[in-house]
Amino acid sequence: MDLFRKYFYGDYDAIKGGSNNSQPVEQKETQAIQPIENIEWPLWEIFIRSKQGLDHKHVGSLHAADAHMAVENARDVYTRRLEGVSIWVVESKFIHASNPDEAESFYEPANDKVYRHPTFYDLPDELTHM
Amino acid sequence: MSVHDLEKIFQDKIDNEVRIEPKDWMPEKYRQTLIRQISQHAHSEIVGMLPEGNWISRAPSLKRKQILIAKVQDEAGHGLYLYSAAETLGISRDEMIEQLHSGKAKYSSIFNYPTLTWADMGAIGWLVDGAAIMNQVPLTRASFGPYSRAMIRVCKEESFHQRQGFESLLVLSKGTEEQRAMMQDAINRWWWPSLMMFGPHDTESTNSEASMKWKIKRFSNDELRQRFVDMIAEQVKLLHMTLPDPDLKWNEERKHYDFGVIDWDEFWNVVNGNGPCNKQRLDARKKAWEDGEWVREAAVAHAEKRRDRLQKAVA
Repeated sequence: MDLFRKYFYGDYDAIKGGSNNSQPVEQKETQAIQPIENIEWPLWEIFIRSKQGLDHKHVGSLHAADAHMAVENARDVYTRRLEGVSIWVVESKFIHASNPDEAESFYEPANDKVYRHPTFYDLPDELTHM
Repeated sequence: MSVHDLEKIFQDKIDNEVRIEPKDWMPEKYRQTLIRQISQHAHSEIVGMLPEGNWISRAPSLKRKQILIAKVQDEAGHGLYLYSAAETLGISRDEMIEQLHSGKAKYSSIFNYPTLTWADMGAIGWLVDGAAIMNQVPLTRASFGPYSRAMIRVCKEESFHQRQGFESLLVLSKGTEEQRAMMQDAINRWWWPSLMMFGPHDTESTNSEASMKWKIKRFSNDELRQRFVDMIAEQVKLLHMTLPDPDLKWNEERKHYDFGVIDWDEFWNVVNGNGPCNKQRLDARKKAWEDGEWVREAAVAHAEKRRDRLQKAVA
C-alpha cells in the first residue's frame, strides 16, 4: 500500500492502478493544424543598458506588435534579474549591416596603419608619463 | 568562389574557434542541423513548462509557489532566446510552431512523463535540469554565434533551477516517513528518463559526427551521460536516498561509476509519440496557441489604433 498519494491532476490519466483521485481527462479531438493565416508580429532587436554610464548593448530579439509592447516584452524576457536600467528597441528591418562577404576589402584600409597604435613608437625608457 | 573553397574557409574558421554569424556563408546541412537542434531545444523549453505548471497551484507554500513560477517563467524566456537564435537562420517563428504542432519537430522526451507528486518538482530540478545543464554548458561554446550567446544566457539562469530542486528535496529528506517515501518514488521514476536525455549511445547516434566536426557538439552523448551519473551518484548520498539501479557501483579502475542498461525500447517509444503524456502535452500547446489567437489579433489592432492616433496628432 502506498504511503502517499499520487495526483493525476490535469496531467495524466493512463497509469494502471493509479491514484484514487484520478479524474479521467476529457479527450478533445485533435484538430487539424490550421494553415498560417496571421502575419507574425514584427521582429525587434533589443539593446540594454546594464547600468548608468555604460552603452546599450545588443542582447537579442523578440516579436511584438509595436514598440511599446516590444519594450515591455524586452523587460520580461531580458531583465528578469535586474540586468538593465534602460531598454532600446529597434524594428529589425531598420538595421542595416555591412556585408560579411566583403569584410576583407571593407576593413582593408585599416590593415596597414600600425602607426595608429601607440605601441608603434619606440621611445626611451627614461621618458615617463607618456 | 567555388563551394569547395567556401567550405574550406568555413571549416577553417570553426577549427580556429572563430564563431559563425548568421550572414556568413555556411553549408546548407549546417544550417539545417542548427535549425533542427535549436528549434527542438526551444520547443523543449516551452513544453517543459507544462509538467511544472501543473504544480504551481498546489505548491506547498507561498515561497515554493513563487520559486516555481519564477522557474517556469525562465523556461518561457529560454524558449524565446532560442527561437530568436533559430530565426537568424531563416526560419520563421510561426513555421517552427507549426512544426511543433504537426509533430514534425520533436522536443525532449523527458517532458512526456507525468508529474505525480510534489517531490517530482524537486526531482525535476535536480535530475532533469541537472542533465540539461550537463548538455547545455558545452553548447555555450557552440560554433554558431547566436546559439552560443543564447546558451550563455540560459546557463546563467539554469543554475538556480537545479539548486532550488536539490534544496527542496533536502527539505523533504528531513521530513516525515511519507515525505521520504514520496521523494524516493520520484527519484525512481525520474532517474532512467534523465539518463535517456543524453540521447542514444554514441554508436547509434546518427547526427553526432558532423555536429562534432562543426563544433556544435563538443562531447559525445555517452561522455556527458557518464559525467552525470558520476555527479548524481555522489549527490544522492546527501539526500540519504538511492538510485534505482542495482548495477550502479564505483569502478576503481575506470574512476567512474558503472551503471545498468538503459531501456532503449522505452526511449524510442516515447520519442515516437507513445510516451505517457505525448498527446496531453501537444494538445495543451495547440490549445494555448488557439486560445491565444484573439490576443495576437487584438494586440495588432491595438498597435494600429495607437499608430493612427499618433499620426493624427502629428498631422
